[in-house]
Amino acid sequence: MTNRKRGRRLGLVAAAVIVLSGFAYLLQGGISNNLVFFRTPGELLAMGQEGVGDAMRLGGQVVPGSVKWDAQKIDLRFRLQDEDGKSIEVHGTKAPPQMFVEGIGVVVEGRLTSAGVFEADNLMVKHSNEYRPPADGEHPKDLSKTLVIDQSK
Amino acid sequence: MIRITGITAVSIALLVAIWGVIAAVLAATRRMPRLAESARSAVFATFALMTIANLSMIYGLITHDFSIGYVAQVGSRSTPLLFTVISLWSALEGSILFWGWILSAYSAVAIWVHGRRLGSLGLYANAVLLGIGAFFYLLLIGPANPFGLVSPTPIDGPGPNPLLQNHYLMAVHPPLLYLGYVGMSVPFAFAMGALLSGRLDDTWLRVTRRWTMVSWVFLSMAIIAGMWWSYDVLGWGGYWAWDPVENASFMPWLTATAFLHSSMVQERRNMLRFWNQSLITATFLLTILGTFLTRSGVLSSVHAFTEGTIGLFFLGFIALVLVFSLVLLTGRSTDLRRAGSLDDPLSRETVFLGNNLLFTAFTFTVLLGTLFPLVAEALRGVKVSVGAPFFNRMTVPLCVSLLFLVGVGPALPWRGGHRDQLKRSIMPPLAALLLIVALCFVIRVPSGWAIAAFGFAGFATVTNLQEYSRGVLARRRAHGESLPQALYRLMMANNRRYGGYLAHLGAVMVAVGITASSTYRTERQVTLNQGQSVEVGGYRVRFDELTGVQESNRYVIGAHLTAFDGTRDLGQLDPRLNFYNGRSDPVTTPSVRSRPANDLYLNLLAYEQDGSSATVSVIVEPLVFWIWVGGLVVALGGVIAALPPRRRLAPRRSRQPAAVEA
Repeated sequence: MTNRKRGRRLGLVAAAVIVLSGFAYLLQGGISNNLVFFRTPGELLAMGQEGVGDAMRLGGQVVPGSVKWDAQKIDLRFRLQDEDGKSIEVHGTKAPPQMFVEGIGVVVEGRLTSAGVFEADNLMVKHSNEYRPPADGEHPKDLSKTLVIDQSK
Repeated sequence: MIRITGITAVSIALLVAIWGVIAAVLAATRRMPRLAESARSAVFATFALMTIANLSMIYGLITHDFSIGYVAQVGSRSTPLLFTVISLWSALEGSILFWGWILSAYSAVAIWVHGRRLGSLGLYANAVLLGIGAFFYLLLIGPANPFGLVSPTPIDGPGPNPLLQNHYLMAVHPPLLYLGYVGMSVPFAFAMGALLSGRLDDTWLRVTRRWTMVSWVFLSMAIIAGMWWSYDVLGWGGYWAWDPVENASFMPWLTATAFLHSSMVQERRNMLRFWNQSLITATFLLTILGTFLTRSGVLSSVHAFTEGTIGLFFLGFIALVLVFSLVLLTGRSTDLRRAGSLDDPLSRETVFLGNNLLFTAFTFTVLLGTLFPLVAEALRGVKVSVGAPFFNRMTVPLCVSLLFLVGVGPALPWRGGHRDQLKRSIMPPLAALLLIVALCFVIRVPSGWAIAAFGFAGFATVTNLQEYSRGVLARRRAHGESLPQALYRLMMANNRRYGGYLAHLGAVMVAVGITASSTYRTERQVTLNQGQSVEVGGYRVRFDELTGVQESNRYVIGAHLTAFDGTRDLGQLDPRLNFYNGRSDPVTTPSVRSRPANDLYLNLLAYEQDGSSATVSVIVEPLVFWIWVGGLVVALGGVIAALPPRRRLAPRRSRQPAAVEA
């Protein structure tokens, strides 16, 4: 191997190292800025002002009697509560899925505003990924009403 | 009876595979030809046995034999026949069974074609293939046994996951994915064979080149089919969400694509030998990781996975393969490094190196984003997800850079040189680039990355088309052939090269489709009363009525809407909600009017029980059509590149100098 070739090879390796470490730096920054935490209303409330503005997923149960849905304006408001009964008002401007009912477990994606309302971009009704047959005594239609997220696990 | 046949076949397959591994290794180290014959026969025997096991399961599914555990889990008397048969791969156990079948089939063909001629390399490859097989057969008699006994026998079952029985693409996507995934085992096995036997030249690369190509075509088609399915079923009007399941299929594709390019550098210039071995190993490991992620339940919760044993089996296997291949690679690293070198920074080799760097960075990004939440949950107990913004921000620049390389690569010759020629050939693509960028500013394309993507897409299109036109014109001059004839002969004589360019053109179409549809998407959600209409993105949509239909396995609520372009009636669109028996949440069937210019996408979200109103989401997205077309073109390019070389037209097999360097 001539010196010139060796020099070029070293240069190439050095360039690769610089590019890769730059990339690793970008990756690290990118991931820490875009982590979406999963929180419960109680956890979010406990954060106070710190929780305002960060993208997150909020999971809980739709408080019965709290749903205000204006189909004409596509405007949805409801309160989301966790197992301890701590609740936050959620507002969204997308239609909820057909199986959205009071008392159901849902996950909303969005941000808490300084007014203390959680602005949701996305609402998902919680159901498990792995489908399974209903167990004895389980009635699928009622199942939707009793599905509550189990955040503790 | 069927149950016993199935489980027996799998058990024997496991024993035969283990014997085959031992026989192959003994035959390779001790040079015992009769053992070699026995090892090869073991491959064919496992194929026969897995065929029996799979046919047993299909028979059990069709005859609704609910005493078989898997049938009781996914079968149902009310499910239509097609979906009953394809429920073979609708859940964990069945898909592992199906996987084992494909692996045994691939192994049988690979050993049939190459096994006898390659000496100890072939024998070690034989052993590796059977070793992988043994792992899957072990899963099938252990933690993923589909043939478990259910007693007392249920009268009926729940049917497969509704998401999987709602669309015909589910008959297509999983087999394509498995054919792609499992196919990567073959080049991996021969690469390991090369390391084990010490035949470190490019024999294993040449032998498995077409295997890799074919698997890559299947994997590409599987990813596109998966996107299509997501678009046509999930109802959000998108096709890619950086979901871990999607990422799992994407990562091996990234490394395999890198490998297809870097293996050419090794064939041409005898460089990157260590790197190629590493890439194919990474690809194989990522296919196993993908199966682990999608099938162990680890994604829904880390804890769900630790409760089952299958995840531990997979982790153990991944660790074993990783250690095994790392030890082999480091053991041979000095032998692998004696290789060619880079002559000229402005050469095709350099572009391929850049390509590999970008694809590797891409894979790391996706891997990190996919695994980070799992690691965070396992180590710190926090539930986090890595949002799509992370993936988009990291990968969009990578995609644009790759588009740039697709445009530069074909213009640069191997070993570099010919600066004048380079200057001449770079002019037309450069002109296209500038023209498109200027146009983008005129029509005010909102994002800089979109402008770059469109610009480089034009650049790459012209470079790759230029290669065709140059070759065709040269043939016409030299042989006086007609245009189609010249094109056909050109492609057949250099099928690898021109197939590759065609795949590039397809990839550019996909890139343009994705860029346009994500930049110019219009969505509106609206509740319409009967007869009321809404205008979105130049279309007007009127809600006519709501109907309900009871079918054997589901009831279907359909909204009938009429679409108009100005006053022109475009016909009826009827998005539906399907409520499957025994399931609480409906599966959507959006209604899509797909045209080359744009798609009108309607999804039924909710409805009034009396049928007076329906809430629909109306989405208009440009150029989505070209994502699917581009996917087909990529696959076609891959198929052409995988065709056997035609000796009559090609001067020397697989090593011919780039034939028409006009």
